[in-house]
Amino acid sequence: MNKVLLGLMLGGILGAFDGMTAWFTPAVRNQLLMIVFFSTIKGIIAGICIGYFARKVHSLPLGILFGLAIGLVLAYAVAAMPDPSGKHYYFEIMLPGAIVGMIVGYATQRFGLSPQPAHR
Amino acid sequence: MKVSDSAIARLRAAVESPDLEGSRYHLLDKLGQGGMGGVYRVEDSILGRQVAMKVVAVPDSTSSLADRLLREAQIIARLEHPGIVPVHDVGTLPDGRVFYTMKLVQGKRLDAHAAELGTIPERLRLVQKVCDAVGFAHARGVLHRDLKPQNVMVGPFGEVLVMDWGLSKIIREQEATRPSDSSPILSFVSIQDGTSHGSVLGTPGYMSPEQERGDNTAIDERSDVFSLGAILQFLARDLAHSANPVARPRALTAIIKKATAVQPSNRYQDVADLSSDLSAYLDGLPVQAYPEGVFVGIWRWVVRNRVWLLMVLAYLIMRTLLILWRSP
Repeated sequence: MNKVLLGLMLGGILGAFDGMTAWFTPAVRNQLLMIVFFSTIKGIIAGICIGYFARKVHSLPLGILFGLAIGLVLAYAVAAMPDPSGKHYYFEIMLPGAIVGMIVGYATQRFGLSPQPAHR
Repeated sequence: MKVSDSAIARLRAAVESPDLEGSRYHLLDKLGQGGMGGVYRVEDSILGRQVAMKVVAVPDSTSSLADRLLREAQIIARLEHPGIVPVHDVGTLPDGRVFYTMKLVQGKRLDAHAAELGTIPERLRLVQKVCDAVGFAHARGVLHRDLKPQNVMVGPFGEVLVMDWGLSKIIREQEATRPSDSSPILSFVSIQDGTSHGSVLGTPGYMSPEQERGDNTAIDERSDVFSLGAILQFLARDLAHSANPVARPRALTAIIKKATAVQPSNRYQDVADLSSDLSAYLDGLPVQAYPEGVFVGIWRWVVRNRVWLLMVLAYLIMRTLLILWRSP
């Protein structure tokens, strides 16, 4: 599987899983579907960016670092939006988002396939 | 009149030295002495480079030694591979001695170089390079029959060259690589193996049991596999006795045991099999020679994927802590 597709799929799956953990927070349980949806979208966007980076830069540490950065940035963008009561969930969104980014960064560097050179 | 020992030694060296008068080569120094003759460092005056010249000890181009040397040159010439020293020229010197020149290899013999190899993976990668060269020779129908650390040279950039094909044997002819009959100096040399049944060729400790018995009909690719296993054994033993001894892993012991099995049918059936098991070992994958239990397999998978697993574990622990922290 190529790196971008792997990033997209893994980011989407882990994003959805991460969103579903909101069920354990009773205060936001009634918004679970919306959280899962946006978390999946966030994961997919992060996965595509990380996969594209992995295609350009072949370095495991840099891939993990880039995953961490993208995960943090996108998670911050989501966490900056308050819930209906005006409360922010920076820790709950940013910390797992960063680790998910690192996992996707590692996976795209380690397991994703680079594009093959064109044959004439 | 008394003649001193050093004078005798000088005289002997002068007599043994090849007569290069009138040839394109100038003698520089002697590199070594083998069973067939000497190896000298010479300067090729036409191409302006130094090469190694192997010269038979007997000044007779029709002797069996000359035949063997030419046969060796012919065999090496058909093995064009980065891991096999290339032959440049072959001929007869003015004193009647047959010679061939080859690339002058700068570096150390594997037995001397081994002390500089610190880790098991470094040593195994080196053996893999030897396997590549020997595997290539096998694919061309040639057996080495004298593989040992002394016949492997390691260059300054880590390049590996398999040397001394004097005992090699051709097990099958290939039309594409058969030398031309138009070369007059080679025309009298039979390229087929010159050894008869019962003659023992090889080096004790590195030759296979079938070689030790002199059973030349039983010798095939697996005999070289045995020698490669013995080289592995040498490198592993050398590491165990070094200043920083390293315990030999069981899988590696099993690889060595399989390669050096007494019965050829119990060995790796070709060099590629041995090399692929070494690759698997280096990549942390299961090896053919060592059937492992379920728990060992799981543990090896965990060790191989430890970074990935640690990150997943970190995520799960953190997510659990966050849930506990927010729970009423």
